[in-house]
Amino acid sequence: MRTMSFDEAIEEVLALAMADDPRIVIFGEDVQMYRLNLYTQFGERRIRETPISESAFLGAAITAAMAGLRPVVEVTLVDFLGVAMDALLNQASKLETFSSGKWKAPFVLRTTCGGGLGDGGQHQQSLWGWLSHIPGLTVVVPSTPGDAGGLMLSALKHDGPVIYMEHKLLSDFWVENLGYLGRKTVDFDLPLEGMRGAVLETWEPIPFGRAVSKRSGKDLTIISIGVGVHRSLEAAGILEEKGIDTCVIDLRTVSPLDTEAVCEAVSNTSRLLVVDEDYQGFGLSGELAAVVLEAGIDANYGRVCTEKTIPYSQELEAQTLPNKERIVENAVKLMDR
Amino acid sequence: MEPDLWQLYKHMYRSRLFEQVVQAIWEQGLISGEMHIGFGEEAIAAGIVCQLKEGDAMALDHRGTPPLLMRGIEPTLLLREFLGRPDGLCGGMGGHMHLFSSEHLSASSGIVGSSGPAGAGFALAAQHLRPGTLAIAFFGEGATNQGMLLESMNLAVAWQLPLIFVCKDDQWSITTRSASVTGGQLVERAKGFGLHAVEVDGTDVEAVWRSAGEAMERARDGGGPTFLLAHCVHIEGHFLGFTLFRAGRDPIKEMVPLIGPLLRSATKWKGGSSQEKMRSLTDIATRARDALQEQTLKEKDPLVRARQKLISDRDRLEALETEVSREIQDVKEAALKD
Repeated sequence: MRTMSFDEAIEEVLALAMADDPRIVIFGEDVQMYRLNLYTQFGERRIRETPISESAFLGAAITAAMAGLRPVVEVTLVDFLGVAMDALLNQASKLETFSSGKWKAPFVLRTTCGGGLGDGGQHQQSLWGWLSHIPGLTVVVPSTPGDAGGLMLSALKHDGPVIYMEHKLLSDFWVENLGYLGRKTVDFDLPLEGMRGAVLETWEPIPFGRAVSKRSGKDLTIISIGVGVHRSLEAAGILEEKGIDTCVIDLRTVSPLDTEAVCEAVSNTSRLLVVDEDYQGFGLSGELAAVVLEAGIDANYGRVCTEKTIPYSQELEAQTLPNKERIVENAVKLMDR
Repeated sequence: MEPDLWQLYKHMYRSRLFEQVVQAIWEQGLISGEMHIGFGEEAIAAGIVCQLKEGDAMALDHRGTPPLLMRGIEPTLLLREFLGRPDGLCGGMGGHMHLFSSEHLSASSGIVGSSGPAGAGFALAAQHLRPGTLAIAFFGEGATNQGMLLESMNLAVAWQLPLIFVCKDDQWSITTRSASVTGGQLVERAKGFGLHAVEVDGTDVEAVWRSAGEAMERARDGGGPTFLLAHCVHIEGHFLGFTLFRAGRDPIKEMVPLIGPLLRSATKWKGGSSQEKMRSLTDIATRARDALQEQTLKEKDPLVRARQKLISDRDRLEALETEVSREIQDVKEAALKD
C-alpha cells in the first residue's frame, strides 16, 4: 500500500489512462493552470482551456464522445452546471435510450461540490440528488483517495456519461485556492482522513453502485456520502462513548444506488440516519427512506441534511451543513424513539 | 457637461480605502472565503455610477463593492456583511458575491454572465414603470463568452431596452488569457447584435464618464442599449491571494514545491512530444510572470492617473484625502464594534 492525497490519486489515474489512450482529452475552465502536471505531460492539445461557455463545451463533450473521443470535461464548480443543464438533462442522459442502446456517450464530467470554505450559497452546493434524479446519468462522489482513484478509473472505462464530483474539502488544491489563499489566519473543519490515505500499488476500478462499510455497529446505521462520511465517523466515535454502536456506510455512488447494501445495513440495526450534505427535500435522503420502505424493512428513520440555502457567515454555514453535533443529536433521538 | 474630477476622485479614493480595509480584515482571517476586490476598476465604477439617478438599477457581478459604495450604500453595512454579521447589508447571508439592496435596485450574482439577463429585466421594468430610468449590467470580458450574456444582448436590442452593458476587460479569465479562448473583437461582436458599441480606456475616469454619459442619455431618451468596453487592470488579480500573483511575487516559495512534480511530468516518455512538454512549462512560467506585471503597472492604476491631474492643487487634494481617510477609519471601527 502507498499513501497519497485525494488530488494525487485522481491525477495519477488520469495520467496513466491518458498515456495509454490517446482518445482521452481534458477540457474545461482554467485546466492548464489548475492541472499543471497533466498540462506539462500531455501538452496543450490534450489539456485544452475553454472559454466560460459551459453550455457549449459540455454539450460538445457529448458529441465528441459519440464520435470516438473520451473527454474528461471540467466545470469548476457544480453550481455552474446551472447554465449548461440542457447538455445533461436533455442530451447526455437521453442518448442511450433514444438510440435503444445503439449509441452511447462515454465522457466524464469532473466537477467540485460541497461547502465549508465560506464561499456562500452559489459556490458550495452539493446537487448530487438533483443530478441523480435524471435517468441515464451516473453520479459518483468519492470520500477517500483510494475511492477517488478507483472510481475515476471506472469512470474512464464506463461507456456512458459519468458525473464525477470532488468535495472541495477533500482536495488540497481547492482548500488552498478557495479557502486559505496563502493565509494562515483562517481555520476550516477539514476531513483529514479523506484528504490523504492509503491507495493500492496498482489501481483497480471500483464498480459503480457498490457501497462500502466504514464501521460496523449493531444499534444504528448511518448512511452518507462525500465529506458526510467523515463527519459521520467522527459522530460515531462520540456515540460509542454514549454506548451507541454505530455502523457507517459510504454509498460512494448516488446513481446507481447500492440498494442491497442499504437494505442489509438497515435490517441489521432497524435504525437509519441519513447524513446528506445535499438539500434535504426531494433528494437522496428521501430516496433512501423510500428504498427501505419498499423493501418492507421496519426501521426508525432520521436525517441530517442541508435544509436551506447555505449562508455566507462562517458560523451560520457551519450550522447549516451537516456537522457531528447535529448527527449525534439526531442519532440519540432515533435511539429514544 | 464636463466631469467633476474632484468628485470622481473622491469616490474612487473612498472605494480604494474601503477595500484596503476589506483586504486587511481578509488577511486577518475575519473573512473566511474568497474576496474579489475591485482595485483597478474604480474609474469604471465611478465614471458610470456617479451619473445614475433615482430609479436607475444595477446588475452586479462578483465584484460589486465599488459600485455599491458609490451608489450610496452605507459602508458599515457592507463591511459588517463581509464579516458575516447579522447587522450586515444582507444579514451575513450573502457575503461579498451576493449583495442586494432593493432600495438601490441593485442585485449581485456570483455566476459569470448572469448580470446580462438581470440587467435586461431591470431595464424592462424601467421601460414600463419608470420611463427615463435605465439599468447597468457590469461584467468582465470572461463573461462575454457566456451564452446568457450574449442572449441578453440580443434581447436588449430587440426590445430597445434602456440598458448599458459594461464590460470591464482586464484580459484575464482567472488564469486563462481571454484572447486565447475568444473569437473576434468584442466591439465588433456587440455591433453584430445591433448594439451601439463604444470602447474606452477604463483607467481614465473622465473618459469613462464621457462615454457612459452619452450612452445613458441615449438610453434615457429611448435610443436603446449600448455596449461599453472599458479596459482596466486588477491590481490584486482575480481575487486576494491569487495563485498566479503569488507565484510571480515569490517564485521561490510558491514555485519550488511544484518543480519536482513538473519535472517528473516533463520527463515521462508517454504523453506529449518533448516540444509540447517544453511549451507547457514555458507557458506556466510566462503566465505567472505576465499576469503580475500586466496588472500591476502603476500607469494603469486609475487612482494614480486621476491624482496626477489634481496634484497641482495639493492642499485641496490632501484635505479631501484626509476627510475620506477619517470616514473610512470610523467605518472600520464602527463595523468591528460589537
